[in-house]
Amino acid sequence: MRWGVITFPGSCDDHDVLDCLKTDLGQKVKVLWHKDELAGNFDCIVLPGGFSYGDYLRCGAMARFSPIMRGLMKFAQSGGLVLGICNGFQILCESGLLPGALVRNSGLQFVCQPVHLRVEETDTPFTSSLKKGQLLRMPVKHGEGCYYADPRTLESLRKNRQILLRYVDVKGKPAAGANPNGSVENIAGICNPARNVFGLMPHPEDACSALLGSEDGAKLFMSIAAVCADRVPPHA
Amino acid sequence: MRVRIFVSLKKGVLDPQGKAIERSLHTFGYNEVQDVRVGKFLELEVDAASREGAEARVREMCDKLLANPVIEDYRFEISKE
Repeated sequence: MRWGVITFPGSCDDHDVLDCLKTDLGQKVKVLWHKDELAGNFDCIVLPGGFSYGDYLRCGAMARFSPIMRGLMKFAQSGGLVLGICNGFQILCESGLLPGALVRNSGLQFVCQPVHLRVEETDTPFTSSLKKGQLLRMPVKHGEGCYYADPRTLESLRKNRQILLRYVDVKGKPAAGANPNGSVENIAGICNPARNVFGLMPHPEDACSALLGSEDGAKLFMSIAAVCADRVPPHA
Repeated sequence: MRVRIFVSLKKGVLDPQGKAIERSLHTFGYNEVQDVRVGKFLELEVDAASREGAEARVREMCDKLLANPVIEDYRFEISKE
């Protein structure tokens, strides 16, 4: 199983992802510089959190034009697994690999707190080791994490079961009080129709050890690793 | 040619910044104000042979980068200087 993690100028959680995958989970990871053309075989490429290009213009708006994104788009289109975390999710929406957009938190404040997430679908490589309705605990840390999609897009997301994670309270209910940023329908993470591209605002890489208070993030990464164990990786 | 681009949030997209500014205006006594929305203003200098040519290129720039069509609308003005 070969992981890639892209570093854009201004990415900061690339190190967290690297630490989590290599040190906590013993995975093979290659760090990819945004200016390089994508080359090599990968099972899953991660777009990490941070403030790529300083969030100038719009979060993720400029990162989508980095040279590495040419290869990343082809990789995604040929079925390669792509995981976008926080700023990574924003980049995936800006690039059109995922529908909708992330806008300023409805409360206007940067939120940095643990949240409960409910697993909505398990027939994806990212959630196949989990159970429908299972609760996960991991942190969010963002100022622009409010997911927005127009009614037609939302209808399509529901119909194709592309909503993978929702913000919920400790009882598993998608209450307004459990929503840290105003995301429509408490949506925390979605996938594309082909189910090989997944974007989420919370940070699984910050929930990979008991020391950090939760190991639920590791469950997402290991779900991906389990699926890829038997696969032949697509060429980048 | 001087290009002035106005990017605004689509109707239906929540604008908490606009709401906060509206509340502040009310606090100052400007209670006649409603529905504040915050947008973006960009200015560019564009080298083009014709106005039509410039318009076409600016439209491309807006569609590809300067505005996100999921959440934003745009309009622009072109002048000789």
